[in-house]
Amino acid sequence: MIIEASATVRAEEFHAPGPAIFELPPVFEIGSLGVTKPMLQLVIAAVIVFAFFHLALRRRALVPGRLQFAGEGAYGFVRNSVARDIIGGHDFQKFVPYLVTVFFFILVNNLFASTPFFQFPTFSRAGMAYGLAGMSWVIYNAVGIRKHGFLGYLKLQCVPAGVSPAMYPLLVPLEFFSNILVRPVTLALRLFCNMFAGHILLVLFATGGLYLMQHVDGIGYVAGPLAWVLAILVSFLEILVQFLQAYVFTLLNAMYIQGALADEH
Amino acid sequence: MKSLLILAAAEGEEHNPLIPLWEEIAISLVVFAILFFAIKKFVAPNFETTFAERTQAIEGGIAAAESKQAEADAKLAELEQQLADARHEAARIREEAREQGAAIVAELREQAQAESARIVEHGKAQIEAERQQAVTSLRAEVGTLATGLAGRIVGESLEDDERQARVVERFLAELETADASDAGKDA
Repeated sequence: MIIEASATVRAEEFHAPGPAIFELPPVFEIGSLGVTKPMLQLVIAAVIVFAFFHLALRRRALVPGRLQFAGEGAYGFVRNSVARDIIGGHDFQKFVPYLVTVFFFILVNNLFASTPFFQFPTFSRAGMAYGLAGMSWVIYNAVGIRKHGFLGYLKLQCVPAGVSPAMYPLLVPLEFFSNILVRPVTLALRLFCNMFAGHILLVLFATGGLYLMQHVDGIGYVAGPLAWVLAILVSFLEILVQFLQAYVFTLLNAMYIQGALADEH
Repeated sequence: MKSLLILAAAEGEEHNPLIPLWEEIAISLVVFAILFFAIKKFVAPNFETTFAERTQAIEGGIAAAESKQAEADAKLAELEQQLADARHEAARIREEAREQGAAIVAELREQAQAESARIVEHGKAQIEAERQQAVTSLRAEVGTLATGLAGRIVGESLEDDERQARVVERFLAELETADASDAGKDA
Protein backbone atom coordinates (compact mmCIF):
# COMPACT_ATOMS: atom_id res chain seq x y z
CA MET A 1 0.00 0.00 0.00
CA ILE A 2 2.80 2.36 0.92
CA ILE A 3 4.60 1.44 -2.19
CA GLU A 4 1.44 1.90 -4.20
CA ALA A 5 0.75 5.29 -2.63
CA SER A 6 4.27 6.51 -3.19
CA ALA A 7 4.04 5.29 -6.75
CA THR A 8 1.07 7.52 -7.39
CA VAL A 9 2.66 10.69 -6.03
CA ARG A 10 2.53 13.04 -8.95
CA ALA A 11 4.02 16.35 -7.99
CA GLU A 12 6.39 17.82 -5.43
CA GLU A 13 6.97 16.15 -2.08
CA PHE A 14 5.00 17.07 1.02
CA HIS A 15 6.77 19.55 3.29
CA ALA A 16 5.68 18.93 6.85
CA PRO A 17 5.06 22.16 8.79
CA GLY A 18 8.02 23.06 10.99
CA PRO A 19 9.17 25.90 13.20
CA ALA A 20 9.22 28.13 10.15
CA ILE A 21 5.43 28.50 10.23
CA PHE A 22 5.81 30.51 13.43
CA GLU A 23 8.12 33.04 11.79
CA LEU A 24 5.58 35.55 10.55
CA PRO A 25 6.60 38.66 8.67
CA PRO A 26 5.87 41.98 10.37
CA VAL A 27 2.41 43.39 9.69
CA PHE A 28 3.85 46.88 9.87
CA GLU A 29 6.91 48.52 11.30
CA ILE A 30 7.36 51.21 13.92
CA GLY A 31 10.87 52.48 13.47
CA SER A 32 13.06 49.42 13.54
CA LEU A 33 10.46 47.34 15.41
CA GLY A 34 8.59 44.96 13.17
CA VAL A 35 5.10 44.51 14.64
CA THR A 36 4.02 40.93 14.05
CA LYS A 37 0.64 39.25 14.33
CA PRO A 38 1.24 37.71 17.78
CA MET A 39 2.22 41.14 19.09
CA LEU A 40 -1.06 42.58 17.83
CA GLN A 41 -2.88 39.63 19.35
CA LEU A 42 -1.39 40.46 22.75
CA VAL A 43 -2.85 43.95 22.55
CA ILE A 44 -6.21 42.76 21.24
CA ALA A 45 -6.44 40.15 24.00
CA ALA A 46 -5.79 42.79 26.64
CA VAL A 47 -8.47 45.02 25.10
CA ILE A 48 -10.96 42.12 24.97
CA VAL A 49 -10.36 41.12 28.59
CA PHE A 50 -10.68 44.65 29.88
CA ALA A 51 -13.69 45.42 27.66
CA PHE A 52 -15.48 42.30 28.88
CA PHE A 53 -15.05 43.17 32.54
CA HIS A 54 -15.75 46.82 31.95
CA LEU A 55 -19.00 46.08 30.14
CA ALA A 56 -19.97 43.54 32.78
CA LEU A 57 -19.54 46.22 35.44
CA ARG A 58 -21.05 49.12 33.50
CA ARG A 59 -24.47 48.82 35.09
CA ARG A 60 -23.39 47.41 38.39
CA ALA A 61 -26.29 46.19 40.51
CA LEU A 62 -26.84 43.99 43.53
CA VAL A 63 -29.05 41.78 41.40
CA PRO A 64 -26.83 41.19 38.38
CA GLY A 65 -27.90 41.32 34.75
CA ARG A 66 -26.84 38.62 32.34
CA LEU A 67 -23.51 40.18 31.41
CA GLN A 68 -22.69 41.14 34.97
CA PHE A 69 -23.49 37.60 36.04
CA ALA A 70 -21.06 36.26 33.43
CA GLY A 71 -18.40 38.75 34.55
CA GLU A 72 -18.90 37.85 38.19
CA GLY A 73 -18.70 34.17 37.31
CA ALA A 74 -15.43 34.68 35.44
CA TYR A 75 -13.88 36.91 38.10
CA GLY A 76 -15.26 34.78 40.93
CA PHE A 77 -13.85 31.61 39.37
CA VAL A 78 -10.27 32.87 39.68
CA ARG A 79 -10.95 34.74 42.90
CA ASN A 80 -12.57 31.86 44.77
CA SER A 81 -11.35 28.59 43.31
CA VAL A 82 -7.78 29.73 42.66
CA ALA A 83 -6.83 32.68 44.85
CA ARG A 84 -8.94 32.00 47.93
CA ASP A 85 -8.67 28.22 47.93
CA ILE A 86 -4.91 28.15 47.45
CA ILE A 87 -3.51 31.33 49.00
CA GLY A 88 -6.33 31.61 51.53
CA GLY A 89 -6.35 33.65 54.68
CA HIS A 90 -6.56 37.41 54.46
CA ASP A 91 -3.66 37.64 52.02
CA PHE A 92 -5.40 36.30 48.94
CA GLN A 93 -7.30 39.52 48.25
CA LYS A 94 -4.09 41.30 47.26
CA PHE A 95 -3.27 38.78 44.55
CA VAL A 96 -6.70 38.49 42.97
CA PRO A 97 -6.17 41.22 40.35
CA TYR A 98 -2.84 39.68 39.36
CA LEU A 99 -4.21 36.15 39.07
CA VAL A 100 -7.32 37.31 37.23
CA THR A 101 -5.14 39.17 34.75
CA VAL A 102 -2.83 36.18 34.27
CA PHE A 103 -5.67 33.75 33.70
CA PHE A 104 -7.78 35.75 31.29
CA PHE A 105 -4.84 37.26 29.42
CA ILE A 106 -3.38 33.82 28.73
CA LEU A 107 -6.80 32.26 28.11
CA VAL A 108 -7.80 34.76 25.43
CA ASN A 109 -4.36 34.60 23.80
CA ASN A 110 -4.55 30.80 23.73
CA LEU A 111 -8.08 30.79 22.36
CA PHE A 112 -6.87 32.91 19.46
CA ALA A 113 -5.35 29.69 18.14
CA SER A 114 -8.85 28.37 17.52
CA THR A 115 -10.51 31.67 16.66
CA PRO A 116 -11.24 32.28 12.97
CA PHE A 117 -9.08 35.02 11.37
CA PHE A 118 -6.57 34.84 14.24
CA GLN A 119 -5.76 31.14 14.25
CA PHE A 120 -2.42 31.63 15.87
CA PRO A 121 -1.54 30.94 19.50
CA THR A 122 0.25 33.99 20.85
CA PHE A 123 2.30 31.97 23.31
CA SER A 124 3.71 29.72 20.62
CA ARG A 125 6.22 32.57 20.43
CA ALA A 126 8.70 31.59 23.14
CA GLY A 127 9.49 35.20 24.07
CA MET A 128 5.92 35.88 25.16
CA ALA A 129 5.87 32.82 27.42
CA TYR A 130 9.32 33.70 28.82
CA GLY A 131 8.07 37.18 29.62
CA LEU A 132 5.12 35.98 31.70
CA ALA A 133 7.10 33.19 33.36
CA GLY A 134 9.91 35.57 34.28
CA MET A 135 7.37 37.97 35.71
CA SER A 136 5.85 35.14 37.79
CA TRP A 137 9.31 34.25 39.09
CA VAL A 138 10.02 37.83 40.13
CA ILE A 139 6.64 38.17 41.81
CA TYR A 140 6.62 35.06 43.95
CA ASN A 141 10.22 35.55 45.03
CA ALA A 142 9.61 39.23 45.80
CA VAL A 143 6.53 38.34 47.82
CA GLY A 144 8.52 35.78 49.82
CA ILE A 145 11.52 38.05 50.40
CA ARG A 146 9.26 40.88 51.52
CA LYS A 147 7.60 38.67 54.08
CA HIS A 148 10.55 36.64 55.39
CA GLY A 149 13.60 38.70 54.49
CA PHE A 150 16.18 37.49 51.99
CA LEU A 151 17.83 34.84 54.15
CA GLY A 152 14.61 33.80 55.80
CA TYR A 153 13.05 33.29 52.40
CA LEU A 154 16.02 31.28 51.13
CA LYS A 155 15.80 29.12 54.22
CA LEU A 156 12.06 28.66 53.70
CA GLN A 157 12.47 27.59 50.11
CA CYS A 158 15.66 25.54 50.44
CA VAL A 159 15.72 23.93 53.89
CA PRO A 160 13.01 21.32 54.23
CA ALA A 161 11.49 21.06 57.69
CA GLY A 162 11.57 17.82 59.64
CA VAL A 163 14.74 16.52 58.02
CA SER A 164 17.91 15.76 59.93
CA PRO A 165 20.70 18.30 59.24
CA ALA A 166 22.87 15.46 57.96
CA MET A 167 20.76 15.40 54.83
CA TYR A 168 21.10 19.14 54.19
CA PRO A 169 24.09 18.97 51.86
CA LEU A 170 22.05 16.74 49.58
CA LEU A 171 18.63 18.33 49.94
CA VAL A 172 19.38 22.05 50.08
CA PRO A 173 20.85 22.26 46.54
CA LEU A 174 18.02 20.12 45.24
CA GLU A 175 15.36 22.31 46.84
CA PHE A 176 17.07 25.45 45.60
CA PHE A 177 17.23 23.99 42.13
CA SER A 178 13.59 22.89 42.03
CA ASN A 179 12.02 25.83 43.87
CA ILE A 180 14.08 28.72 42.55
CA LEU A 181 15.69 27.74 39.28
CA VAL A 182 13.41 25.26 37.57
CA ARG A 183 10.02 26.81 38.25
CA PRO A 184 10.16 29.67 35.74
CA VAL A 185 11.61 27.35 33.10
CA THR A 186 8.84 24.78 33.47
CA LEU A 187 6.20 27.51 33.61
CA ALA A 188 7.42 29.00 30.35
CA LEU A 189 8.08 25.74 28.50
CA ARG A 190 4.80 24.13 29.51
CA LEU A 191 2.82 27.01 28.07
CA PHE A 192 5.01 27.56 25.04
CA CYS A 193 5.34 23.91 24.04
CA ASN A 194 1.65 23.12 24.38
CA MET A 195 0.70 26.04 22.18
CA PHE A 196 3.52 25.37 19.73
CA ALA A 197 2.78 21.67 19.38
CA GLY A 198 -0.97 22.18 19.17
CA HIS A 199 -0.60 24.64 16.34
CA ILE A 200 1.82 22.42 14.46
CA LEU A 201 -0.55 19.49 14.87
CA LEU A 202 -3.48 21.46 13.43
CA VAL A 203 -1.44 22.79 10.54
CA LEU A 204 -0.14 19.32 9.83
CA PHE A 205 -3.63 17.83 9.65
CA ALA A 206 -4.94 20.68 7.53
CA THR A 207 -2.10 20.93 5.01
CA GLY A 208 -1.54 17.20 5.00
CA GLY A 209 -5.20 16.57 4.18
CA LEU A 210 -5.03 19.10 1.38
CA TYR A 211 -1.84 17.52 0.03
CA LEU A 212 -3.39 14.03 0.13
CA MET A 213 -6.40 15.20 -1.86
CA GLN A 214 -4.41 17.18 -4.37
CA HIS A 215 -1.44 14.95 -5.00
CA VAL A 216 -2.27 11.40 -3.94
CA ASP A 217 -4.68 9.42 -6.05
CA GLY A 218 -6.78 6.59 -4.69
CA ILE A 219 -6.31 6.45 -0.96
CA GLY A 220 -5.73 10.18 -0.87
CA TYR A 221 -9.38 10.91 -1.53
CA VAL A 222 -10.29 8.96 1.61
CA ALA A 223 -7.36 9.86 3.81
CA GLY A 224 -7.49 13.58 2.98
CA PRO A 225 -11.05 14.24 4.22
CA LEU A 226 -10.35 11.93 7.15
CA ALA A 227 -7.40 14.13 8.07
CA TRP A 228 -9.66 17.17 8.04
CA VAL A 229 -12.21 15.43 10.26
CA LEU A 230 -9.37 14.67 12.61
CA ALA A 231 -8.27 18.30 12.38
CA ILE A 232 -11.71 19.34 13.61
CA LEU A 233 -11.58 16.86 16.48
CA VAL A 234 -8.06 17.96 17.36
CA SER A 235 -9.32 21.55 17.38
CA PHE A 236 -11.74 20.70 20.15
CA LEU A 237 -8.96 18.96 22.03
CA GLU A 238 -6.85 22.06 21.53
CA ILE A 239 -9.56 24.31 22.97
CA LEU A 240 -9.46 22.15 26.09
CA VAL A 241 -5.66 22.36 26.18
CA GLN A 242 -5.78 26.13 25.72
CA PHE A 243 -8.08 26.48 28.71
CA LEU A 244 -6.10 24.02 30.80
CA GLN A 245 -2.79 25.75 30.12
CA ALA A 246 -4.19 29.11 31.18
CA TYR A 247 -5.64 27.48 34.29
CA VAL A 248 -2.43 25.60 35.16
CA PHE A 249 -0.29 28.70 34.69
CA THR A 250 -2.56 30.65 37.05
CA LEU A 251 -2.83 27.79 39.51
CA LEU A 252 0.94 27.37 39.71
CA ASN A 253 1.38 31.11 40.19
CA ALA A 254 -1.02 30.94 43.11
CA MET A 255 0.76 27.91 44.57
CA TYR A 256 4.20 29.54 44.27
CA ILE A 257 2.90 32.66 45.98
CA GLN A 258 1.30 30.55 48.70
CA GLY A 259 4.58 28.65 49.17
CA ALA A 260 6.50 31.91 49.43
CA LEU A 261 4.07 33.25 52.04
CA ALA A 262 3.91 30.03 54.07
CA ASP A 263 5.16 30.15 57.64
CA GLU A 264 6.25 26.53 57.79
CA HIS A 265 7.35 24.29 55.03
CA MET B 1 21.77 36.95 20.57
CA LYS B 2 20.10 39.25 18.14
CA SER B 3 23.08 39.33 15.84
CA LEU B 4 23.03 35.55 15.87
CA LEU B 5 19.37 35.57 14.85
CA ILE B 6 19.95 38.06 12.11
CA LEU B 7 22.82 35.93 10.93
CA ALA B 8 20.57 32.86 10.93
CA ALA B 9 17.84 34.71 9.09
CA ALA B 10 20.32 36.00 6.57
CA GLU B 11 21.48 32.52 5.87
CA GLY B 12 17.84 31.50 5.29
CA GLU B 13 17.90 29.00 8.12
CA GLU B 14 15.08 28.50 10.57
CA HIS B 15 16.00 29.91 13.91
CA ASN B 16 15.52 27.82 17.02
CA PRO B 17 11.98 28.52 18.29
CA LEU B 18 13.19 28.30 21.87
CA ILE B 19 15.36 31.36 21.41
CA PRO B 20 13.21 34.41 22.13
CA LEU B 21 13.08 37.79 20.50
CA TRP B 22 13.64 40.52 23.05
CA GLU B 23 10.82 42.60 21.54
CA GLU B 24 8.35 39.84 22.30
CA ILE B 25 9.46 39.56 25.92
CA ALA B 26 9.20 43.32 26.27
CA ILE B 27 5.83 43.71 24.60
CA SER B 28 4.28 40.82 26.51
CA LEU B 29 5.39 42.38 29.80
CA VAL B 30 4.24 45.86 28.83
CA VAL B 31 0.82 44.73 27.63
CA PHE B 32 0.41 42.52 30.67
CA ALA B 33 1.35 45.37 32.98
CA ILE B 34 -1.16 47.73 31.37
CA LEU B 35 -3.93 45.14 31.60
CA PHE B 36 -2.97 44.35 35.19
CA PHE B 37 -3.18 47.97 36.31
CA ALA B 38 -6.46 48.46 34.46
CA ILE B 39 -7.96 45.43 36.16
CA LYS B 40 -6.52 46.35 39.54
CA LYS B 41 -7.86 49.88 39.32
CA PHE B 42 -11.20 49.50 37.55
CA VAL B 43 -12.33 45.89 37.69
CA ALA B 44 -11.35 44.21 40.94
CA PRO B 45 -12.53 46.99 43.32
CA ASN B 46 -15.91 47.12 41.60
CA PHE B 47 -16.40 43.39 41.87
CA GLU B 48 -15.27 43.34 45.48
CA THR B 49 -17.63 46.21 46.31
CA THR B 50 -20.48 44.38 44.62
CA PHE B 51 -19.73 41.19 46.52
CA ALA B 52 -19.46 43.05 49.81
CA GLU B 53 -22.66 44.99 49.20
CA ARG B 54 -24.50 41.83 48.27
CA THR B 55 -23.27 40.03 51.37
CA GLN B 56 -24.29 42.98 53.47
CA ALA B 57 -27.70 43.18 51.80
CA ILE B 58 -28.35 39.52 52.45
CA GLU B 59 -27.10 39.64 56.02
CA GLY B 60 -29.01 42.88 56.61
CA GLY B 61 -32.15 41.26 55.26
CA ILE B 62 -31.69 38.31 57.56
CA ALA B 63 -31.09 40.61 60.53
CA ALA B 64 -34.16 42.66 59.66
CA ALA B 65 -36.26 39.52 59.38
CA GLU B 66 -34.93 38.30 62.71
CA SER B 67 -35.73 41.58 64.44
CA LYS B 68 -39.22 41.56 62.89
CA GLN B 69 -39.71 38.01 64.11
CA ALA B 70 -38.60 38.96 67.60
CA GLU B 71 -40.93 41.95 67.51
CA ALA B 72 -43.83 39.77 66.45
CA ASP B 73 -43.03 37.26 69.18
CA ALA B 74 -42.95 40.03 71.76
CA LYS B 75 -46.25 41.40 70.50
CA LEU B 76 -47.81 37.97 70.60
CA ALA B 77 -46.62 37.43 74.16
CA GLU B 78 -47.95 40.83 75.09
CA LEU B 79 -51.34 40.09 73.55
CA GLU B 80 -51.49 36.74 75.28
CA GLN B 81 -50.64 38.44 78.52
CA GLN B 82 -53.37 40.99 77.91
CA LEU B 83 -55.84 38.23 77.10
CA ALA B 84 -54.95 36.38 80.29
CA ASP B 85 -55.29 39.62 82.23
CA ALA B 86 -58.66 40.27 80.66
CA ARG B 87 -59.84 36.77 81.52
CA HIS B 88 -58.61 37.19 85.05
CA GLU B 89 -60.32 40.54 85.28
CA ALA B 90 -63.57 39.09 83.95
CA ALA B 91 -63.44 36.28 86.46
CA ARG B 92 -62.77 38.75 89.22
CA ILE B 93 -65.65 40.96 88.12
CA ARG B 94 -67.99 37.96 87.94
CA GLU B 95 -66.96 36.90 91.41
CA GLU B 96 -67.45 40.40 92.70
CA ALA B 97 -70.87 40.63 91.08
CA ARG B 98 -71.91 37.36 92.64
CA GLU B 99 -70.76 38.56 96.01
CA GLN B 100 -72.50 41.85 95.54
CA GLY B 101 -75.68 40.09 94.43
CA ALA B 102 -75.58 37.86 97.46
CA ALA B 103 -74.99 40.88 99.66
CA ILE B 104 -77.87 42.76 98.04
CA VAL B 105 -80.20 39.80 98.46
CA ALA B 106 -79.21 39.44 102.07
CA GLU B 107 -79.70 43.13 102.68
CA LEU B 108 -83.08 43.13 101.01
CA ARG B 109 -84.13 40.14 103.01
CA GLU B 110 -83.05 41.89 106.15
CA GLN B 111 -84.90 45.01 105.12
CA ALA B 112 -88.01 43.02 104.32
CA GLN B 113 -87.85 41.25 107.64
CA ALA B 114 -87.38 44.55 109.40
CA GLU B 115 -90.28 46.00 107.44
CA SER B 116 -92.53 43.09 108.24
CA ALA B 117 -91.53 43.26 111.86
CA ARG B 118 -92.26 46.93 111.80
CA ILE B 119 -95.65 46.36 110.17
CA VAL B 120 -96.51 43.67 112.68
CA GLU B 121 -95.40 45.93 115.47
CA HIS B 122 -97.43 48.76 114.04
CA GLY B 123 -100.50 46.52 113.76
CA LYS B 124 -100.10 45.36 117.29
CA ALA B 125 -99.76 48.89 118.49
CA GLN B 126 -102.82 49.92 116.53
CA ILE B 127 -104.82 47.02 117.87
CA GLU B 128 -103.68 47.88 121.36
CA ALA B 129 -104.62 51.49 120.87
CA GLU B 130 -108.02 50.55 119.48
CA ARG B 131 -108.55 48.15 122.28
CA GLN B 132 -107.55 50.84 124.71
CA GLN B 133 -109.93 53.20 123.00
CA ALA B 134 -112.67 50.59 123.11
CA VAL B 135 -111.95 49.95 126.71
CA THR B 136 -112.01 53.65 127.43
CA SER B 137 -115.22 54.24 125.48
CA LEU B 138 -116.75 51.09 126.96
CA ARG B 139 -115.78 52.23 130.32
CA ALA B 140 -117.40 55.59 129.74
CA GLU B 141 -120.51 53.94 128.29
CA VAL B 142 -120.71 51.47 131.10
CA GLY B 143 -120.43 54.39 133.48
CA THR B 144 -123.24 56.23 131.67
CA LEU B 145 -125.33 53.09 131.49
CA ALA B 146 -124.66 52.34 135.07
CA THR B 147 -125.55 55.90 135.97
CA GLY B 148 -128.71 55.68 133.82
CA LEU B 149 -129.57 52.40 135.35
CA ALA B 150 -128.88 53.76 138.76
CA GLY B 151 -131.04 56.85 137.99
CA ARG B 152 -133.87 54.65 136.90
CA ILE B 153 -133.54 52.48 139.84
CA VAL B 154 -133.46 55.48 142.03
CA GLY B 155 -136.33 57.14 140.14
CA GLU B 156 -138.61 54.10 140.47
CA SER B 157 -137.99 54.19 144.19
CA LEU B 158 -136.37 51.22 145.24
CA GLU B 159 -138.90 50.07 147.80
CA ASP B 160 -139.37 46.50 147.25
CA ASP B 161 -137.45 43.75 145.75
CA GLU B 162 -140.16 42.96 143.26
CA ARG B 163 -140.17 46.40 141.73
CA GLN B 164 -136.41 46.45 141.74
CA ALA B 165 -136.29 43.18 139.85
CA ARG B 166 -138.82 44.55 137.33
CA VAL B 167 -136.70 47.65 136.69
CA VAL B 168 -133.63 45.58 136.09
CA GLU B 169 -135.52 43.25 133.80
CA ARG B 170 -136.83 46.16 131.76
CA PHE B 171 -133.47 47.80 131.57
CA LEU B 172 -131.82 44.68 130.26
CA ALA B 173 -134.57 44.23 127.72
CA GLU B 174 -134.03 47.77 126.46
CA LEU B 175 -130.41 47.06 126.20
CA GLU B 176 -131.01 43.89 124.21
CA THR B 177 -133.38 45.65 121.76
CA ALA B 178 -130.83 48.41 121.36
CA ASP B 179 -128.19 45.77 120.69
CA ALA B 180 -130.48 43.95 118.26
CA SER B 181 -131.25 47.12 116.31
CA ASP B 182 -127.57 47.96 116.31
CA ALA B 183 -126.78 44.50 115.01
CA GLY B 184 -129.50 44.78 112.32
CA LYS B 185 -128.09 48.14 111.28
CA ASP B 186 -124.61 46.62 111.01
CA ALA B 187 -125.84 43.67 109.01
